[in-house]
Amino acid sequence: MVDYVSTVNPDFSLIAPELALLIAASLVMVFIPWRRMPVLAPGIIMVGFIAAFAYALGQWGHQSSGFAGMVTCDNFGVMFKLIFIVASVLSILLIGQYMKSRGIDKPEFFVLIAISAIGMMAMANTTDLVVMFIGLEVMSLPLYVLAGFNRRSLESNEAGIKYFLMGAFATAFLLMGIAFIYGASGTTNLRQVVTDFNYIAAGRGMYLYAGVAMIMIGFGFKVGAVPFHAWIPDVYHGAPTPVTAFFSVAPKAAAVAVLLRIFLYGFADVALVTKAFWILAVLTMTIGNILALRQDNVKRMLAYSSIAHAGYILVAITVGTQEAISAAIFYVVAYTFFNLGAFAIIALLETRMGAQSEFSELAGLSKSAPWIAVLLAVFMFALSGFPPTVGFFGKFYIFRAAVESNFITLAVIGVLNSFLSVYYYLRVVKTCYFDDVTEAQKPVFVPATVGLALIITTFGTIGLGLFPQQLLDFTRQAIFAFL
Amino acid sequence: MLEMILITAVKVFMVLSAVLTACAYSTYLERKVVAHMQHRVGPLYAGPYGLLQPLADAVKLAFKEDLVPDNVERVTYALAPVASFVPAILIFAVVPFSNGFTWFGYDIPGVISDLNIGVLYIFAMTSLGVYGIVLAGWSSPSKYSMMGAIRSSAQMISYEISYGLSIIGILIIGNTLSLTEIVAQQAAESWVFFGNWYIVKQPLGFLLYITCAIAETNRAPFDLPEAESELVGGYHTEYSSMRFSMFFIAEYAYMLGVAAVGATLFLGGWNGPFLPPVIWFLIKVFLFMFLYIWLRATFPRFRYDQLMQFGWKVLFPLAIANTMGTAVWVVLSGQ
Amino acid sequence: MTLDYAIFLISAAVAVFGATMMIMQRNPVASVLYLILSLVAQAVVYVQLGALFLGAILIVVYAGAILVLFLFVIMLLNLRSNPELSASLPPLGWFTKVAVPVLMVVELYFVVDRVIWPPVPTGIVGKNPDFGSVETVATMMFTDYMYPLQLTGVLLLVAVVGAVVIARRESAEPRKTTASPDNRNEQPIDTVAG
Repeated sequence: MVDYVSTVNPDFSLIAPELALLIAASLVMVFIPWRRMPVLAPGIIMVGFIAAFAYALGQWGHQSSGFAGMVTCDNFGVMFKLIFIVASVLSILLIGQYMKSRGIDKPEFFVLIAISAIGMMAMANTTDLVVMFIGLEVMSLPLYVLAGFNRRSLESNEAGIKYFLMGAFATAFLLMGIAFIYGASGTTNLRQVVTDFNYIAAGRGMYLYAGVAMIMIGFGFKVGAVPFHAWIPDVYHGAPTPVTAFFSVAPKAAAVAVLLRIFLYGFADVALVTKAFWILAVLTMTIGNILALRQDNVKRMLAYSSIAHAGYILVAITVGTQEAISAAIFYVVAYTFFNLGAFAIIALLETRMGAQSEFSELAGLSKSAPWIAVLLAVFMFALSGFPPTVGFFGKFYIFRAAVESNFITLAVIGVLNSFLSVYYYLRVVKTCYFDDVTEAQKPVFVPATVGLALIITTFGTIGLGLFPQQLLDFTRQAIFAFL
Repeated sequence: MLEMILITAVKVFMVLSAVLTACAYSTYLERKVVAHMQHRVGPLYAGPYGLLQPLADAVKLAFKEDLVPDNVERVTYALAPVASFVPAILIFAVVPFSNGFTWFGYDIPGVISDLNIGVLYIFAMTSLGVYGIVLAGWSSPSKYSMMGAIRSSAQMISYEISYGLSIIGILIIGNTLSLTEIVAQQAAESWVFFGNWYIVKQPLGFLLYITCAIAETNRAPFDLPEAESELVGGYHTEYSSMRFSMFFIAEYAYMLGVAAVGATLFLGGWNGPFLPPVIWFLIKVFLFMFLYIWLRATFPRFRYDQLMQFGWKVLFPLAIANTMGTAVWVVLSGQ
Repeated sequence: MTLDYAIFLISAAVAVFGATMMIMQRNPVASVLYLILSLVAQAVVYVQLGALFLGAILIVVYAGAILVLFLFVIMLLNLRSNPELSASLPPLGWFTKVAVPVLMVVELYFVVDRVIWPPVPTGIVGKNPDFGSVETVATMMFTDYMYPLQLTGVLLLVAVVGAVVIARRESAEPRKTTASPDNRNEQPIDTVAG
C-alpha cells in the first residue's frame, strides 16, 4: 500500500485562496434553489473573495511547493492572485445594476466569476504545464458562459459562441504544444525542463521549438495578441458590459502570468522566443491602435485598445530582463484599475434605457453628469498614458526597460503607438465636453456598489500614479523569488 | 503460435454458434413463457412442442423481400443492423464460461480471451451498442424511427452511468478488472456454495445491475425505443427481412451478453457443486433470461419522463451510495 | 516485418484515413462515424503500446459517450448533408483545405528528421510490466497528479453550472403550451433530463 499522504504532500495552505473561493461558490450553488437571494449570493461570494485576499496576503513572502510539485507558491503567484481578486471584486460590484436593467440577474453569475478566478489562481500558482492547462480551462469555461449570459441578446449569444469556438481552437494548439514539450523532455514540469534544458535542447531541440511555438499560439489567443485577436472585438462588444470589464482584465492578467512563467522561466534559453515576441508585440500594438481609431462604439473601441495594451505588455515580455518583468506586472496592476474604471462608467451609462454605448450617446455628458464625465476623462487620460496617472508610469517603466536592454526600435514603435492612441482616447473626452447635444440626456443614477467600484478604481489610477515607486518596489519583490 | 490461433479460432466458432443458437431459442423461450403466463400455449406446430419454430421463423424472414424505403441514407441504413449486432456478440469474448479443460493434450482456458481489463472491455462494448439504434433511426425517413432512436440514445446514455457504477462495488472488493479473477474469487469455501458470490456482498449492486441491464437492452418495462403501442416498431420500423432479423438477433444477443456478464459478476460464474462448470454457467444465464421474460410479462411500460426521473433521481444516487458504502466498508474492514 | 508491426501500420493508416475522411465529409453523421473509426484504430495503437487502460477508456468515453452525444445533437437538429456547406467555401477555402495539411506534414517531417533520436529510454515502454495498467494509472492519478485531478473536478462542476445557465428556460420567457402536465410547476425540470 502506498502512503498517499507523504507522497502527495497536501499542504492546503498553498491553495487556501482557491479553497476559500470554492467553498463560497459551492455555498451559493447550494442556496440557489431558494431563488430569492439578490443579497445573499453576492454577499457570500464577497466574503469568499475577502477571505481569499487575506489568505493570499498571508502567502506573501513564503516560497514552497506541494502536491507532488504541482503547486508552487511564490510572490509572483501571490501578486497575480491579488490582481485576479481585485478584478473579480470590481466586476462583481458593477454587475448588480447592469444585470437588473437587462433582466438577467441570476445568482449563477457570481458562481461563474468565482470559479473562473479559481482557474486563474491555479494557472498563476504552478510551474506545471498540465495544471496550467486545466487551470486555463477552469478559467475559460465560465467565461464562455458569461459572454453568452444575456440569452435574449443575439449579440451576446454570438459572443458566447465565438469565444467558445476560438477558445477551443486555441486550446487545441496549446495542448499539442504541451504534448510536444512532454515528448521532448519527458516531463511537464517547467522546473524539470529548466534543470535538464541543455540535454533536451541538444537531443530533441526541434520538438522543443514546435512545442514552444504552439504554446505561444495558444496563449497568444488568450492574451489577444495580433494575428490571434480576431475574436476580441465581437466578444467584447456582445458580452454584457461588466462581463467585458472582467474579460479585458482578469483572463488577460492570467495569460500574462503564464506567459511570463513559461517563456521567461521555463524556456528562457530558447533563442527564437525573443524574436517571435518582438514581432507579436509590434503587430499587436500597431494593429490594435490603428483599428481602434475607426470605431464609433465606445465598447468596441475599448476592445481594440485592450489589444493594444496587451501589445505593451508583450514588449516587456520581449525584453525579458528583471526590470522588464517587474514593469510588466506593474502595467497589469495599473491596467486593472484604469481599464475597469473605464468599463465601469460604460456599464453605468448602459443601464439607461436603450443605451448602446455609441460615441454619440456621450455628447453632453459633462452637463448631465459632470462627475461621471470627469472620471471618464481621468480614465481616458490614464489609458493613453498621461503623466499624473498610473498609466504614464506603466508605459514609462516598460519602455525604460526596453531602452536599457537595447531594444531601441521596439521602444520607439511603442512610444509612437502611445501617441497614436491619444487620438481616440481623447475623442471620448472631446465628445463628452464639446460635442453638441442632439437629444435630451437622461440623468445617470449611480448605485452605491458602482460608486464604490469607481472610488476604488479612481484611487488606484491616481493614487498609484502619485506613488509609483512603492508599487514598483512591490512588483520587484514579486519577481525576486521567481527568477 | 499456429496451434494457439487454431485453438482460439475453434473456440470463437463454438462460442459464436452457441450464442446464435441461444439467441434463436431465446425467442422460443420468450414466446412459450409469456404464452403460459397468459394461459396460452405458444408455438406448437413446427416440430415437437414447436421446438423448430425459431428455424421456421428464420426461413420465413430470409425469404421476405428486402424492402428499402425511398430517401434513406443508404450507407448508414445498411450499417445500422451490423453496428448493433457486432458489439453484442463481442461481449462474449471475455466472458469465462468454464474453468478450462484438456483436449488432445492441450490445456484450454474456458474463456476466449482473459483480458486483464475485462470489465472495461465490456463497458466499451455495451456503450457501442447504442450506435446501431441511433443510426437506424437517423437514416430511416420516418418519424417513428427517429423518435425511437432519440429515446433510446437518451435512455442508454442515462442508464449506462448507473450500469457502470453498479459494478464498481465488486471492483472495489475484488481489486481486479479481470473477469476470470472475479470468478475465481467467488469459488466455494464451505458447503454454502454461494457464500462467496458477490450477490451476497453486493445485494444492492445486484438489483441495480439487473434494473440498468434491462434498460440498457431496451427490454420491457423500459422498452420505450420500440414501444409498439406508440411508435409502431421504434427504430427498426423501416427495416424488413434479414436486416430486421439482424436487429432481432442483436437484441437477444445483447440480452444474453448482459445475462452472462451478470452471472459471471454476481452469481459466481461457472462455480457450483456437482454439475460441470459449463452447465452451471448455462443455468445461471438461463435464470437471468427467465427473469427478463418474467418481468416483461408482468410489468407495464414506463412513461418516458418517469423513466428519466427514475434513472437520474433514484438509480443514480443509489448506485453512488452503493459505491461509497462499499468503499467505506472496505477501508473500515481493512481488507 | 513482424505481425505487431503490420498491425500497427494498418491501424495507424486507418486512424489517419478516418481523421482525413472526417473533415472531408459534408454529411455530419458520416463525419462522426469516421471519427469513431479513427478512435477505434487509435485504441488499437494504444493497446499495442501496452496502454490497455487508455485504449479501453478511449472507446468507453469517446466512442461510447461523447460521440453518441454528438449523434444525438445532430439528430435533434436534424442536420442532413448540406451541399451549401462546401459551395459557400471561398476559393481560398480549397487552398486551406489542401495546402495547410500538406504544410503541416512537411513541417512535421522536418521536425522528425532533424531530431537526433536518443536511445529509447529504458523503463518506459516494454521494460515495465505494469506500464499502462489500471493500477499504475490510478496510482499516478492519486499521488503525483492529485491536484490536477481535483482541479478537473472543479472544471466538470463549472461545466455543469454553465450548461444549466445556458439551457435553462427563463421564467420570463413564455412557456410552450405543448409541455406535459407535469411541467406546470414553477421549477423547470428540463435541466434534469439533459
